[in-house]
Amino acid sequence: MSPTPGQVWSRSLSPVFGGFAVVALLGWIVPASRDSYVAYVAGLAGINVVLAVSLNLINGVTGQFSLGHAGFMAVGGYVAAGITTAIGGEYQLSFLPTGASDALLFFAGTLAGGAAAGLAGLLVGLPSLRLRGDYLAIVTLGFSEIIRVVIENLSITGGATGLIGIPPSTTLSWIFLWVFVVVIGSKRLVASTHGRALLAVREDEVAAEAMGVNTTRYKVKAFVVSSFFAGVAGALLGHYLQILSPKDFTFVKSIEVVAMVVLGGLGSISGAVMAAVVLTILPEALRPLQDYTGVDLRMVIYASLLVVLMLVRPRGILGSRELWDLWPVRKARATEPAP
Amino acid sequence: MSEPILHADHVSIRFGGLQALTDFDLRVAPGELVGLIGPNGAGKTTAFNVLTGVYRPTSGEVRIAGEQVSGMRPNEIAARGLARTFQNIRLFKELSVLDNVRIACHHRAKVSWLGSVLGGPAAFREETAIRERSMELLETLGLADRRDELAKNLPYGEQRRLEIARALATGPRCLLLDEPAAGMNPQEKLELMKLIRWIRDRHELAILVIEHDMKLVMGVCERLCVLDHGVRIAEGAPDEVRRNPKVIEAYLGTSGSESGSGGESGSGGAAGAGGAAGGSGEAGEKPDDVREASR
Repeated sequence: MSPTPGQVWSRSLSPVFGGFAVVALLGWIVPASRDSYVAYVAGLAGINVVLAVSLNLINGVTGQFSLGHAGFMAVGGYVAAGITTAIGGEYQLSFLPTGASDALLFFAGTLAGGAAAGLAGLLVGLPSLRLRGDYLAIVTLGFSEIIRVVIENLSITGGATGLIGIPPSTTLSWIFLWVFVVVIGSKRLVASTHGRALLAVREDEVAAEAMGVNTTRYKVKAFVVSSFFAGVAGALLGHYLQILSPKDFTFVKSIEVVAMVVLGGLGSISGAVMAAVVLTILPEALRPLQDYTGVDLRMVIYASLLVVLMLVRPRGILGSRELWDLWPVRKARATEPAP
Repeated sequence: MSEPILHADHVSIRFGGLQALTDFDLRVAPGELVGLIGPNGAGKTTAFNVLTGVYRPTSGEVRIAGEQVSGMRPNEIAARGLARTFQNIRLFKELSVLDNVRIACHHRAKVSWLGSVLGGPAAFREETAIRERSMELLETLGLADRRDELAKNLPYGEQRRLEIARALATGPRCLLLDEPAAGMNPQEKLELMKLIRWIRDRHELAILVIEHDMKLVMGVCERLCVLDHGVRIAEGAPDEVRRNPKVIEAYLGTSGSESGSGGESGSGGAAGAGGAAGGSGEAGEKPDDVREASR
């Protein structure tokens, strides 16, 4: 007995609406907590989750090695900030109240930033995705540095001092919304026939091709989608900190994101989420230590924790599994006979 | 002869100074079971790689049901109905058995990325269809109860069967099997050959199979093509081929006393040599390595 289209839609959309409700609730509760610093760190963690989960699509699921996420993020951030600062100051949608008009503009700016980053991903991806492994890593690294240097030397981006006076449009609700979109989006993608094709590219390119998967196309697509979300994260960050500066987008940032993906377990979405949260909170949580000792040991501890974690769990916190795979009920349902 | 489903039209391929395949000509009619045999390094796997688009021929053409396909990418050729297995098993090791087969169904999926993510009725129908088709194939090959196992955890023989299931899932009109029985004992080999025949009858496929073991190939194939040093030295019914002095020479390395003796003992010797060659055939993975290095 196959379900009706209505049943399929409700099954597919109910988690989405549920997610939106949770996002709205969180966006309301967290800022209301007594500590605005906690809310601030939560926002940064959310942005890092968007970055890590999107990079996981390339590095984890498709098995390519990109070190260019900071570059895509910068493209998205600057484009979005350019749009909101240039248009937002001058115009307003008269039929909407100021707040809604700004929010709409910010949303459009975020999408445009993502689209610009996706386009950059396409431009980098097309020529370079015939390379693999270390070679691809070097090309993407080089690309990301080129972007940074260009931004540093353009006047409209504010040069090395950066772009200031960006409206503070990024609220926690926006961040949680995008976290939700990227997590559920990539979860569903990986579970779909397209996601399996991406996994096939990771597992064995020759065999994937022989089985009818257009490997180049899939690699480029994964690159574009991933860059889109990196651009979105950049847009969120710019409107969160209200300043964008080229020094935030050095290759150190890219490596930070790669560390999150590897630590969480390559290919694991929930692992990337966990690692992004942990690696954002950790340096902040270690701050009090500095008050006791008088020495800044944060980075020493952060680094040694990374080393220890990789020694204890070389395949990342979750390996290639997902949090929801460990749920016994789910597991039982996954193994029951086909409908 | 009706129009061949697969036609290698005087295909030659050269790697630098090495002439790997010279004027290779082969027609496979719909529903035919053809064996491609020859000693180690004869160019059998190279021939497969040319047919499936891994290599582009230096000269000559490959046609599938009359359509010229040489120069196309392997995935385009697969979409036109030519599926293959690999000599050195190339499963998607970290994925489940079911996923291995489902991936091969993918190229006919029409749903977009966004459609998949939204999960509407069209995407749902397609996923259901893919799943049903995959389970059907797994049942055919006796792997249904293994579906959630990771491919790398299957025993060797089942991995070979899974490769066949995966190739069938692409919906081929012609199936190329590259030493499907390598590393199996004689009993398993015999069962596998029966299975291949059964698949051919059930799915109405043409099958081209590379095999080292002459005895085996004689029993199951309707027609044989013998390669040596990249040249086709014989073609025809198994009985003709095994009496062919050139074939005996290729397998034994000499035409001395063997060609003088009776046909029966000649073929026995050839089969023995074929069996021995099959044993060392595991090392013959050169063509794939070449491709790996060139990418």
